[in-house]
Amino acid sequence: MHALDAVRSGLRRDRVFSFLRPPPVLDLSHGTVLYLEGISVSFDGFKAINELTLYIDAGELRCIIGPNGAGKTTMMDIITGKTRPDSGSAWFGQRINLLELTEPEIAEAGIGRKFQKPTVFEPLTVLENLELAMAGDKRVWPTLQARLSGEQRERIDEVLRVIGLQAQSGQRSATLSHGQKQWLEIGMLLMQDPALLLVDEPVAGMTHQEMDRTAELLTSLAGKHSVVVVEHDMDFVRSIANRVTVLHQGSVLAEGTMDQVQADPRVVEVYLGEERPTLERATGARRASAGNGGPEWS
Amino acid sequence: MGALTVLRGDRGGQILLAVLAVVCALVVTLNQWVPPGSPAHLSTYTVTLLGKYLCYALLALSVDLVWGYLGILSLGHGAFFALGGYAMGMYLMRQIGNRGVYGDPLLPDFMVFLNWKELPWYWYGFDMFWFAALMVILVPGTLAFVFGWFAFRSRVTGVYLSIITQALTFALLLAFFRNEMGFGGNNGLTDFKDLLGFSLQSDATRLGLFLASALALALGYLACRYVVSSRLGRLAVAIRDAESRARFLAYRVERAKLALFTFSAVLAGIAGALYVPQVGIINPGEFSPLNSIEIVVWVAVGGRATLYGAVVGALLVNYGKTWFTAAIPEGWLFALGALFVLVTLLLPRGLVGLLRRERTA
Repeated sequence: MHALDAVRSGLRRDRVFSFLRPPPVLDLSHGTVLYLEGISVSFDGFKAINELTLYIDAGELRCIIGPNGAGKTTMMDIITGKTRPDSGSAWFGQRINLLELTEPEIAEAGIGRKFQKPTVFEPLTVLENLELAMAGDKRVWPTLQARLSGEQRERIDEVLRVIGLQAQSGQRSATLSHGQKQWLEIGMLLMQDPALLLVDEPVAGMTHQEMDRTAELLTSLAGKHSVVVVEHDMDFVRSIANRVTVLHQGSVLAEGTMDQVQADPRVVEVYLGEERPTLERATGARRASAGNGGPEWS
Repeated sequence: MGALTVLRGDRGGQILLAVLAVVCALVVTLNQWVPPGSPAHLSTYTVTLLGKYLCYALLALSVDLVWGYLGILSLGHGAFFALGGYAMGMYLMRQIGNRGVYGDPLLPDFMVFLNWKELPWYWYGFDMFWFAALMVILVPGTLAFVFGWFAFRSRVTGVYLSIITQALTFALLLAFFRNEMGFGGNNGLTDFKDLLGFSLQSDATRLGLFLASALALALGYLACRYVVSSRLGRLAVAIRDAESRARFLAYRVERAKLALFTFSAVLAGIAGALYVPQVGIINPGEFSPLNSIEIVVWVAVGGRATLYGAVVGALLVNYGKTWFTAAIPEGWLFALGALFVLVTLLLPRGLVGLLRRERTA
């Protein structure tokens, strides 16, 4: 009967085959760029994400924090199509169902991702890295024949200026410092010109100066793009975010401004109960050098 | 001259093509205009041997494109080479006509011997050169396309992919050994008479085949160079080093791999087609997994991801093989194995990597 039903539905006169349907365009008319609803995923019985529901507004800069194993990276994997959830729905704007698309299709639709470990293409120069990332026709034949136009060249120069790597543009990216690689990766995201940027631990391993520049860079991006930052460093989060989401055991524990979140007893318990050393290391070191006050965590 | 712009910044390639041109001029002069008695005379045997090396060099080039740049270690490229060779061999068989031992105007000797009454359908068309030439490109290309379609779509990579390419060539080896396949069984196709009306025994034809191989190598080099110096070439390097990252940049990684793998298989097929009339035989031994591994050794010895390194490696190792198998025949495989181990341990960037390092130091 199942086969018959399939045939019947396939022969319906008002059926529109999916390849005839124009690709959905990003629709942000309700002001929300990302809808994650009731998402669960488990690996070998371990629930990495548990009934996660999260909305990201268009143009927002959102920070996501949480102890190790809270599901932050898994969440990014789901949004970018690397992992398929067991249940739940994920929509990009109102019209694009992320669960139906492959990784390149999601990237093309306008979601860019920066990985935790900087992954630039080391044998290529900084310029070539940016060129590869540039939005455009990414099919095989056009890629073979692609030449940089003057306009594209200007766009690359602009991004080089934003990430401060003008002098290094001809260098192989393997020769860059750790912080420069992080910026290059952010630059590659900018070349993609995505509506939503997912940034995983952008300041890991950076010096304070580098951190400040990164904070500047990310805040300047919000508004034009929506930015989601996953970060461990609390002072960095404080310096950029107006809204913070705390993840714990795969679902949202608290959401609000940094001060609200820090005052939330459940958040304090999660961090104090299990992850105190991590947090102290992250905040303590920064506080000692920066010397700023603010609400205490412990 | 427009095609030569792809050589900009490729010193090794410029030298390679210049040397190739000089060698061609020398070979023609020494073979045709120096009288046979003179010590400077180059025998036709040597010309054919050189032509054979050039076919191997083109084959090595095709492997370097997918291994060096795209990171696909194909241990089955010998299969594409052999298929191109068989397509050419079938044309040469049909050219024999009624001059075979059994004198059948239509059936090749081995079919008469097997008591076949009519020509199998897949031998039709091979009496025409253009059709055979098309098949030289289409057969290896289609096999690579279908194979790659399934392998890359299911995201088979690394050593698993290497193993299934090896299995592919081994399966073809077994299939072509069977008489029922209609490709001459373990004897393969041989006893060729002429190509496009030129006798394969004549010196001029042999010289012509040598020059055709040199031209194919030069054009193959320029084509590969065009690919690797394009944005697609940089994408290939990106896929080699961080495949999933390339996917998040919205590239359809599978399609890029499929396109380059198919192109590489076509190059290998052309090399095989030029090889067969020069050696005068094609048999299932060409599908041997050992052959495919040997190609990888040439590329590793010469230096990966440089293109010209693959050519240098193929020429040097094959010259060594010719010398070695004459001097100590049973020692060759040991020497090849030792060479591979030594190069892997001491010269990860191959012989050309050695030259490069000295220049930069």
